[in-house]
This record gives sequence, C-alpha cells and structure tokens, in this order.
Amino acid sequence: MNKKQKNLLIRIIVAAVFFVPLYLISEDYVHVDLPQWAIIVLFLIPYLTVGWDILRKAFLGIKNGKVFDECFLMTVATVGAIALGEYGEGVAVMLLYQVGELFQSYAVGKSRRNISELMDIRPDYANIENDDGTLERVDPDEVEAGSIIVVQPGEKVPIDGIVVEGSSALNTAALTGESKPREVTVDDDVLSGSINMSGVLKIRTTAEFDESTASKILDLVENAASRKSKSENFISKFARVYTPFVCYAALALALVPPLFMMITKIGMAGYASVGALWRDWILRACTFLVISCPCAVVISIPLSFFAGIGGASNQGILVKGSNYLETLSEVTTVAFDKTGTITKGNFEVTAVHHSPIDEAMLLEYAALAECHSSHPISLSLKRAYGKHIDPKRVTDLEEISGHGIIAKVDGTEVAVGNEKLMNRLGIPFHHCHHVDTIIHVAVAGAYEGHIVIADELKEHSKEAIAQLKKAGVEKAVMLTGDAKSVAEAVAKEVGLTDYRAELLPQDKVACVEELLKECTGNRRLAFVGDGINDAPVLSRADIGIAMGALGSDAAIEAADIVLMDDDPMKIAKAIKISRKCLGIVKQNIAFALIVKAVCLVLGALGFANMWVAIIADVGVMILAVLNAIRCLFVKNL
Amino acid sequence: MKKTYKIEVDCANCANLMEDAAKKTEGVKDCTVSFMTLKMKVEFEEGADPAAVMQAVRANCKKVEDDCEIYL
Repeated sequence: MNKKQKNLLIRIIVAAVFFVPLYLISEDYVHVDLPQWAIIVLFLIPYLTVGWDILRKAFLGIKNGKVFDECFLMTVATVGAIALGEYGEGVAVMLLYQVGELFQSYAVGKSRRNISELMDIRPDYANIENDDGTLERVDPDEVEAGSIIVVQPGEKVPIDGIVVEGSSALNTAALTGESKPREVTVDDDVLSGSINMSGVLKIRTTAEFDESTASKILDLVENAASRKSKSENFISKFARVYTPFVCYAALALALVPPLFMMITKIGMAGYASVGALWRDWILRACTFLVISCPCAVVISIPLSFFAGIGGASNQGILVKGSNYLETLSEVTTVAFDKTGTITKGNFEVTAVHHSPIDEAMLLEYAALAECHSSHPISLSLKRAYGKHIDPKRVTDLEEISGHGIIAKVDGTEVAVGNEKLMNRLGIPFHHCHHVDTIIHVAVAGAYEGHIVIADELKEHSKEAIAQLKKAGVEKAVMLTGDAKSVAEAVAKEVGLTDYRAELLPQDKVACVEELLKECTGNRRLAFVGDGINDAPVLSRADIGIAMGALGSDAAIEAADIVLMDDDPMKIAKAIKISRKCLGIVKQNIAFALIVKAVCLVLGALGFANMWVAIIADVGVMILAVLNAIRCLFVKNL
Repeated sequence: MKKTYKIEVDCANCANLMEDAAKKTEGVKDCTVSFMTLKMKVEFEEGADPAAVMQAVRANCKKVEDDCEIYL
C-alpha cells in the first residue's frame, strides 16, 4: 500500500470505530440518553473524518464548472440524507464509498505490479570489463553497439549480441514463454531479456540498448494500453452520459412525483403529512444519486484488457493494443503462410531425379545460378552443394518472380525454377511423383532433371489446427507460393479447410482481400506469417500475427500480434486468451449495468434504501475488479 | 510530434476526464491516457511548443481532477 492508501485506511478505521456505536445508539439498539443535537455533532465526526476530501473535491468541482462528478453526487446524497435526519445512512454511504475507493486503488496497484513483474525483462545494468580485468557496472544506455559486455550467471542479458567467449544455458522464458533453457556457445546470438543460468558469457553487442529486443518488447507492451478497444471507448462514452442522466433523473424523482401527488391528491393517503411526502421522495432521489457513480464499469474494462495483455505477454504472445485483443476474439478465419508457419522452413535437398549428367554437376549448376538469392530454397541448394561458390562464374542473371532464375554459368545458359519456368521457356520436363518442392534444371535449353527439396511439418502444426477449430475458427486457409501438389499434401496432413497454391507474393494480398469479403458481420480474418516477405499481407488482414519474429523489425512493425517463438500452438492460445478476456469484459459490462438498472428501479419505487444502493455499488465494483483480474490467469488455456 | 508523460491519478473515470481535457487544449492534436500504465501520450499540433502546451494541459487537467499530476 502506498502512503495515500494507508492514510485512507486509517481514516476508514477511525471513522468506523466512531460510527458503529453511534449507529447503535441512534437506532436505539443501545439506550443512551443523548439530545438530538449531540447525536448530529457526534455523527459529523466520522462523516468528516472519512469524507472531507470528497466534500472538498465536490466544492472544487462546482467552482471549476464541472458539476457532475462522483464526489459531487456522493456529497449531495449524503448531505441530503443527513439533512433529512437519516444520519446513520448518510455516514455509512460515505464510509462504504471510501472502502470501495480504497479497494479499487489497492487492486489496481496490485495488478499493475503483478503485470510488471510478469514482464520483468528490463535490465538494470551492463557489465563492462576494464583493462585490468575488473568489471564495471554501467547504465545499459551508455553501451555502444560493438562493445564487449560480460554477463555473469544469474544476470539478465542487457543488450542483444553475439557470444564471443564462454558457453552457458539461457532462460528465455520471459521472452518466449518457453521454459526449456537454451544452450549457447561462441558465435550464437543472444537476445536481451534472457537470463544467464550457468556460465560467464562475453558478448559483443550488435545493437544499442534502445534497439535491443528487451527494450522493444517493453515499449510495445507499455504502449499497448494506449490503443483503446471499442469496449473501452463505449464505456467512457457511456460514463459521460450516464452520470448526468442519473442526476437529472434524481432531480425529477425528487420534484415530479410529490408535486403530481399534491396536485392530483392521488396516493396522498399513504403519507402522514406533506412534509413526509417530500422527505420520502427526496430520500429516494438521494438513493438514486448513490447508484449513479460509474466507476465499477469504468475501472473494470481497462483492467481486464490490461490483465489480458499482461497474461498473454507472459506466455510469449505480444498484443500491441486492447483493440487488437478485441478483434482477435472475433476471428473466424485464419489464413496461414506455409513456409516457416506450418512447416519448419528448413528445406533440404532429398533427391535428384532424371539427370543425364552427374548429380553433383546438376547441383553445382543450380547452386551457382541461385548464388545471389537468400530464399530458403536457394539456401538449401547451396547447402547441398556444400562447396565454395564463386559468384564470378555467374553472369547475365535474371530472376523471374514466382518462376525461377535464368543465368549464365561459365558462359552456359542455365535455367533453374519450377514448372512454370520450363513452360515459359518451352522446355519439356518430367513430372515428379514426390509431393515436395521440385526444382527443374535446364542447361543450354535442354532438360537435365529435377531436384527434390523437402520441408518438414512443425511438430505441433496438426494439433494447432485442431485447437484452432476447437476455439471456434471456422476456416483455416493456407496461402503458399508452392506447387499445388505440395500445398494439397500439407493441407490434408494438418487438417486445413482450404489452400491456395502457386501464389506470387502480390497474389497473397489479393487472396486475403477475397477472404476478407467472405467475412461478413462480426467475423474477422487473421493472417499468420513468419514476417519474411509478408508484411503487406500482415497489415492488410484484420489481425496480422507474426511468429518467431524476435529480431525481425519489419514483422514487429507490421504485425498486430507478435508470437515470440514459432510454435503454431500459440495462435490458438492467443485466440483463447482474447476470447476469455472479452468474455470477462462483457460479463462485467452486463453485470454492472444490470445491477445498476435494477437498483435504480427499486430505488425509484422505494424498495431499495441507501444501504442497498451503496452495497450494490461497492459490491459490483469489487466483484467486477476481481473478475477482471481473472484475465491474468491464462497459463492453462 | 508525440511525447509520453508519466501521470498520477486515482480513478479510471478521472483518467478519462483528463484525456478529454487534454484533447481540448490548444496545440494538442490527440491524446490518450492509460489509467493502467499511468501514462499520457500527447500528439502535438504542427509547430506547437510542447513545454508551453503541456503547462496548459496540466492546468486543464487539474481543473477536472484536482489531485492528478502530470510529470513534465
């Protein structure tokens, strides 16, 4: 508890100690002879102890021309009750109102701390080795890229870098949600925010502190709360209208029925005198005012989102804003990229078919032709070739997007690519019975066979799609540039509902647009990619999810949700978290509004007195806040 | 230009009121207040002086919520 909260707690306790015996005396449970004026004065002690700041704020509010705030409402309601002789109720309302305020402030502070602990990846210092071998602690902000830092066991890696000395196991749980330690040794990349568990590491930094993973993640999560969701905007608009509405309704309730009764003489028989009539209706109006405070709803909605985003980031799912969490919960169609998302993307040459020339020769031609490309398939060709590649042997290189490459290797024309390329060049080719990626090679215009390149499915791909369907996703569509036969086999294997194959990069955007058209009403489309080459698609979809994107700035920039590792199970988890969070938000909105509406009606009809009103008000708030905190617990979804 | 300021405020509705007040201040193009992270993000109009504008924002916020604070 902070100082303000402690202060309020003491005031509440003191006031309660005064209030309880006084209440018993005033209600005649305990008989003590006290004149009326003494009771009033004695009641004012707990009232002012607990409520002076509310009275002061109400006064300041009026002075500043801003009348309808909850301090004003509480002041009018309690002063009204006391003036009408309901001392006990007046003081109790103020007391309970403050109990509610204290609870709210405590709960919010507590969840703020909880969430920042979950995201505790902010490194406080970096160690730099001096010339004499001693370590010096410096602010990570001051370390330039390219410096050597030392990370001892138990410390956080402060800045991204490459290991130059030592080996160790790193705990990356705070970054990826993966609890298995990661072994690193010389030349391995290390990300800031991971915790060194066993050995001393010397790291050459590759970025500055601000550009490091930990800083970027923190920045992203901290800014998430400022992108507000529709629910939050709805509630703040609602609060703006609700409070004045209830105030005018209270005024009407205090004036209209008694005037009506006095004029028409209807129902006057129920009251002993005109004074009793007015007293009854004014008390009802005061009850109204007590219910008018919108805080229960207003606090629980952002708290729910904040807790949901915090819980998700603890699971390695970064949500860039409450609005995205909200949209994600409405997702019914998920479009996937294939490579790196459903499959591992670690292509490997598995066979060479129908080659009249030496297989090694064919690979050499293919690897040389692809020497300038960093496409995963090119890389696999180069790996399979395994020898040093001299780019000077390659001339007249022409890359045809979505087809392949034509180049001159040692002066001979070589064409390396898919069936489309062979058709385009008018070279007859052999179809392959394998459903893997097939690279055809033609040398000097003659077909020389094809290379089979296989990609593995990710371990959890199948399970992930099943989980998605369970979570309410109707359509899971794969978009790939790969051949139809490969796409079909993969789609069947993992249980996708549909696939689109042989797409050029620009076709993917068109495909997503087409799928978007099919999403009518409150249905949304999410696109999942690995962030390489699909930034335009990520931003075109309702929700762009980039996976395994740590270290890829473009993907983090373009995506709305970033999965820190590349486990496809996280997609279903993210959707489940968003559904749970939005479910809680809706429960809270409905619950608070219904209780308030019922209390307003009962208050107006005279069935609910001020006690009921304040207990309903504070009770709803406490329950809504507790419910909101449930959003934090998403580990076992 | 965008800047982020740390704030101190007690209730969620008050944070909404501060956001409204800041948005209405001259020189402020847009503003979001996050009650959960206690941060105010202000986007300034072209050519506005952030220091001067923020003084006005703080004064306006104090009018709607007397014990709020913006750490400039």
